[in-house]
Amino acid sequence: MTYLRDVGALARKDLLLELRARDTLPAMLLFVVATFVVFHFALPAHSSQLAASGLLWVAIVFTALLGLGRAFVPEREQRVLDGLVLTPCDRSAIWLAKSLATLAFLVAAEVVALPAFALFFHGLNGSTVAGVALADLGICTVGTFLGAMAVATRARDLLLPLIFLPLAIPIVIGGVGASVAGSPARYLGFLALYDGLFALVCWASFEYVVTE
Amino acid sequence: MSPQGAQLRQVGRSYRISLPAVAVAALGLVTLALGLVFFVVPNDANQGFSQRIFYFHVSIAFTAYACFAAGAWKALVHLWKRDPLADLESYVAVHQGLIFGSLVLITGSIWAKISWGHWWLWSEDQLVLFLVLFLFYAAYFMLRFSVDPGPQRANLSAVYALFGVVLIPVSFLAIRIAKGFIHPIVFTRHGPNFGGWILAAYCVSQVAMLVLAYALYRVELAGKRLDERLRGLREVLA
Repeated sequence: MTYLRDVGALARKDLLLELRARDTLPAMLLFVVATFVVFHFALPAHSSQLAASGLLWVAIVFTALLGLGRAFVPEREQRVLDGLVLTPCDRSAIWLAKSLATLAFLVAAEVVALPAFALFFHGLNGSTVAGVALADLGICTVGTFLGAMAVATRARDLLLPLIFLPLAIPIVIGGVGASVAGSPARYLGFLALYDGLFALVCWASFEYVVTE
Repeated sequence: MSPQGAQLRQVGRSYRISLPAVAVAALGLVTLALGLVFFVVPNDANQGFSQRIFYFHVSIAFTAYACFAAGAWKALVHLWKRDPLADLESYVAVHQGLIFGSLVLITGSIWAKISWGHWWLWSEDQLVLFLVLFLFYAAYFMLRFSVDPGPQRANLSAVYALFGVVLIPVSFLAIRIAKGFIHPIVFTRHGPNFGGWILAAYCVSQVAMLVLAYALYRVELAGKRLDERLRGLREVLA
């Protein structure tokens, strides 16, 4: 129970910080809508609807990357992470709380982005929305974990896309499959499997990322 | 013994088989495998001479997996026992895995060009999987070399190497199910008719590649350990 309370407190801190500073979410919103406009011109006329569905996933991954890159910036600038590591709570709570906060930002961005996509390109079916929801979980859990790794390095923001994209390829495959394939159930199942597996690995190994 | 001296001794670890013996074994086995593959094994009925690359392509791929698995195992040992040598071993194993992984991409590409007329085929599961793994493990090096040497670098590298062993089966599954919408399966390969010389040649080249990888691993590890020892000595003198 204390674990959940810790997670709640940490996640609330991030959400409150965002509410006051408004650093990340407006950037993500603007970015995703701008991406759609770029995609509109990148797709020649008479391109298939399938191509647009695929590009939706590119937009989601890159928008998430934008948010994930910012996730640990306040911790780094104010040296909050050292304090967090010293607090008597399970280290994985830091990861879980940060994942929840980034998930909140990503979902908030998608609440605008998905209707915008439907407006600009074509309507979305239920399995796409379900796929997006499942993919968000995987993106945020793995991405937050890797974001914590990236801030510990010299390369910082440069490194996150490099280490994140290879791990995001299965998410994109599952997501695009859920959007375009005739029977989306297996792709949704795959996304759920990915979420579960990687959440477990992240949860178990986060301690080694923030401690020496 | 001073603490530095103790640490220096820790860097070394004796192996049962000496490095020159491993190197000679690798040389002999690779020569034997080349001899078998080029002079003994009969031509494949469908693909002719070019099919012979299969003996190397498949055994190199298996060796690369073995290297990645060894890297992950050593990473786990490092996280578990805090052994600084295990971090070095994990890094060297991943490095060998990346070298053999690039060879898989090259041999697979050559095979694809000769068999199907294209240098790259998205319908070849193994090739696509190795591309993903190549990107993943290349990022491992970016990560490792952008952290200063020390316990944090060892931890981050170890955790990332462990992600790899989860990513391999997950990506494999993903690439399999991606066929549902990316590509219908155009090329079907008849299962090779294993038996006799073909099986023998494959087994020999497989063992040869594994021993070769192990020899390279030992050479690189010896070099890295020498570096470490030198750095330690410099610190003692400074």
